[in-house]
Amino acid sequence: MIKRNKKDKNNPFYDPTLKKRHSIAKRFKTFTLSSLIFSIAFLAFFLFDISSKGIPAFTMYEVQATVEINEKSLDDSRFAVTKEYRNIVSRAWLRDLPKLVNKDPKLMNTTQTMWVLADDQVDQYLKGHHYKLKDKEKALVDELNSKGLIKAKFNTIFFTNGDSKIPEYAGISSAMVGSIFTLVITMLFAFPIGVMTAVYLEEFSKDNKFTRFIEININNLAAIPSILFGLLGLSIFINLFGLPRSSPMVGGLTLALMTLPIIIVSSRAALRSVPDNIRQAGYGLGLNKIQVTRDHVLPLAFPGILTGSIIGLANAMGETAPLIIVGMIAFIPDAPAMVTSAATVMPAQIFTWAGMPEGMYIEKTAAGIMVLLGILMSLNALAIYLRKKFEVKW
Amino acid sequence: MSVFESNKKRRELNEKLIKWALIMAATISILTTFGILFSILFEALEFFKLRSFLYFITGSEWTPGVIGSKFGALPIFAGTFVITIIALIVAIPVGLGSAIYMSEYASSNVRDYLKPMLEILAGIPSVVYGFFAAITVAPLVVKLAEFFGLEATFNSALACGIVMGIMIIPIISSLCDDVIRAVPDSQRKAAFGLGMTHGETIKNIVLPSAMPGIISASLLALSKALGETMVVVMAAGLRPNLSWNPLDDMTTVTVTIVNALVGDFEFNSPETLSAFALGLVLFVVTLILNMISLSLIRKFKEKYKVNTL
Repeated sequence: MIKRNKKDKNNPFYDPTLKKRHSIAKRFKTFTLSSLIFSIAFLAFFLFDISSKGIPAFTMYEVQATVEINEKSLDDSRFAVTKEYRNIVSRAWLRDLPKLVNKDPKLMNTTQTMWVLADDQVDQYLKGHHYKLKDKEKALVDELNSKGLIKAKFNTIFFTNGDSKIPEYAGISSAMVGSIFTLVITMLFAFPIGVMTAVYLEEFSKDNKFTRFIEININNLAAIPSILFGLLGLSIFINLFGLPRSSPMVGGLTLALMTLPIIIVSSRAALRSVPDNIRQAGYGLGLNKIQVTRDHVLPLAFPGILTGSIIGLANAMGETAPLIIVGMIAFIPDAPAMVTSAATVMPAQIFTWAGMPEGMYIEKTAAGIMVLLGILMSLNALAIYLRKKFEVKW
Repeated sequence: MSVFESNKKRRELNEKLIKWALIMAATISILTTFGILFSILFEALEFFKLRSFLYFITGSEWTPGVIGSKFGALPIFAGTFVITIIALIVAIPVGLGSAIYMSEYASSNVRDYLKPMLEILAGIPSVVYGFFAAITVAPLVVKLAEFFGLEATFNSALACGIVMGIMIIPIISSLCDDVIRAVPDSQRKAAFGLGMTHGETIKNIVLPSAMPGIISASLLALSKALGETMVVVMAAGLRPNLSWNPLDDMTTVTVTIVNALVGDFEFNSPETLSAFALGLVLFVVTLILNMISLSLIRKFKEKYKVNTL
């Protein structure tokens, strides 16, 4: 047997550049791996950064104070607490005293010791962020804190209140209701139209110019910048049809047009994955095309259609740009009562808060982002779960 | 006999009705495209009745809201261009690299974990990226610039571009991943048989074959970056600025559209209508990019006879 020496010049397979070539190949692999690691590291950094900014917002502070409840203090909330407490407790909370009295009339003309929501500056001071407190107020807060007269608790106000110009009183509930209204409108239009389009294209259409034209249109729609849908909403739904500006109706319709391509594409894929045997068997039993589609193909494709629709819903939920154009960034303290009243949505609320100068809004923004991302990820997880659960291998 | 006849007639009518309903639904997507085109076109034409088209394309002064306001969109186009280029410089190498690793090197097991992570990146709303760019990345860029003795503004194009680039990584990586996996395995086997290393195979054989798909993905990402709104609205500047320095603040087409429409101007004023003129430019450019991208990917599909893309 010939002893093979790699370095042997007589070896016809000897390649002096081989070592270099291998190291280049290795370097290339390292580059591809590091670009992947870069993306994932960014994701980790991003999630860490947002949650470290947002988690403090889930804590709120309450100060024990003596609150006088009488005509005068209900009329002007400044008189409800003693002078030194005025900058420590929340003005917005005191302004809501009449509501408390309405609920319990016995409180009228009494002096109560109550846990009162702390002012945003006190809140920021206790959390160790940038704050603006006078030395006297700071000393009082320190004193109260050491006596145990300030307590931290889970921030329920963030979830029960609407937007407010007073940072400690601002919450996401009105934006959440607005989002729900808007998305209901979106799905009410996008789901049936999207599924019907998909059924037409997959089951009924012939391969002619009209069909191809629709297909090209759908592909283009999917790639049109979202802000242009806002321009459409503004000039057609608002200016032409006269629908009320800032309403979930307009926002929902605009988002419906954006969600359509996603639903159509995924529904088509789901319909296409139903094997032709099913259809042929149906025809063999004397069913017509509509019966086959309605009773056999659609039910089998339904899990796939549902998955695609949930992903479309999640997409619509995070969309902001077109909603800004149709005016859904107004200051809305109360949840909308109807689909035609002015409303805001969660991403728009995040956008509004991000532009506020007070420090406390930064953590509210980050907390709002955490809630939004939580909802979006649950929706996506639900879509993946449904796909796995109902996936049929033909 | 007559029972069957009448049943058949009713059935046929039903069938026709349903079919027409389906066709109506399908035409909505056409109506939407034309709705967008015409709603923008008409308002843009109104604008060009008030101001010259030539100055809009070539003028370098954008001064809305003052007497004798000028609408030269060149600085706005330049800002959009700079931010988009930065985004692509970040996104193309990283996205393509990730796609190559996932499709060529990673075992299918590892892939199953990696792909959902990139999908999370794709599922984050742009308003969230905007907040991140404005609050975290922009101050970082300023500090880094200071470290190198340079001066950066807090709404620099660089911060926007980087975050936007990260945002479009998933678009490039997922499409490139699909395309690279669609390249037939026989090509790789042949290259290995000729003694090529894995790296050489990818660079010399796989990537050239997948090139139409990669270009298509990049064009799609470019069109996405041009139309991206929230990141730039939150993190880029408002001042039209004709500058090539990525540390400067500059504005983009989308930012200007948003500002023109949330302002307090009359709807028929050139200030508001300018948004539609800019929207028309954005529509035409992204439409052309999409058309090229789609035709490239269609050619790729025909060449390798794949239906999964």
